[in-house]
Amino acid sequence: MARVETDVSGVEKRRPLSPHLQIYRPMLTMVMSIAHRITGAALYFGTLLLAWFLIAAAIGGSTFELAANCFNSIPGRVILFGFTWALIHHFLGGIRHIIWDTGHGFEPKEREWLTQATLYGGIALTAAVWVIAYLIQ
Amino acid sequence: MAKGSASVGTARNRVRFLGSARSGTADAWAIRVTSVMLVPLSIAFVSVVLSLLGKDHAAVRAELGHPIPAILMLFFILATVFHMKLGMQSIIDDYVHDMHLKEWSLIANLVFSISIGLACVYAMLKLSFA
Repeated sequence: MARVETDVSGVEKRRPLSPHLQIYRPMLTMVMSIAHRITGAALYFGTLLLAWFLIAAAIGGSTFELAANCFNSIPGRVILFGFTWALIHHFLGGIRHIIWDTGHGFEPKEREWLTQATLYGGIALTAAVWVIAYLIQ
Repeated sequence: MAKGSASVGTARNRVRFLGSARSGTADAWAIRVTSVMLVPLSIAFVSVVLSLLGKDHAAVRAELGHPIPAILMLFFILATVFHMKLGMQSIIDDYVHDMHLKEWSLIANLVFSISIGLACVYAMLKLSFA
């Protein structure tokens, strides 16, 4: 919190600031931490899609047809693909954080492995879910 | 001396709504508990959605109205709503510094999360019982 404080004579107190993001060289663990938060925020608003679909299914008729057609359209599929990736990425990132919360996986090689597993695992699993989706459709 | 001045500072900051709200530990724990729950529940959610692909409305109703997918979906929805409310709350706490904007953002977060939860639960119950 960047509050400007003044001392008794009204002179601005300049307090030392800790170095922030722009100081550091980007590292994968840092980028993935940011990605975890961004995918979380995206999923937050993505729940609107789930609510829309469930309400449309509960109402039925043309409301359901409209929702189904939107999700089936090319832009709808692109959005759902992004939703799937965000969900799986955040899911794997969450498992990584659970492992870290237990105090494991902090050695340089382990944390790099975990971070890469989240990144590439997220892409691979998203592709796998969509292959399954197209096979059973 | 140091202890005394620290407690005076805390009391003043508490009046100004600065400093610890003392609910941080419970929130940090709850976001982790819901994240552990969401590991199996997200797998269940994706499986239920996959099973709905290519089905017409009657089949979708039948699937979502069946007790096992319905209970899994309800569990997933409740865990998700708690988890997303806490997650967005920590984002707001981290980035929104203006006090009034922060309070309105926290209220909006609560309203959005409850609305999503109620809408999804209502729809699921209607699919099961209507």
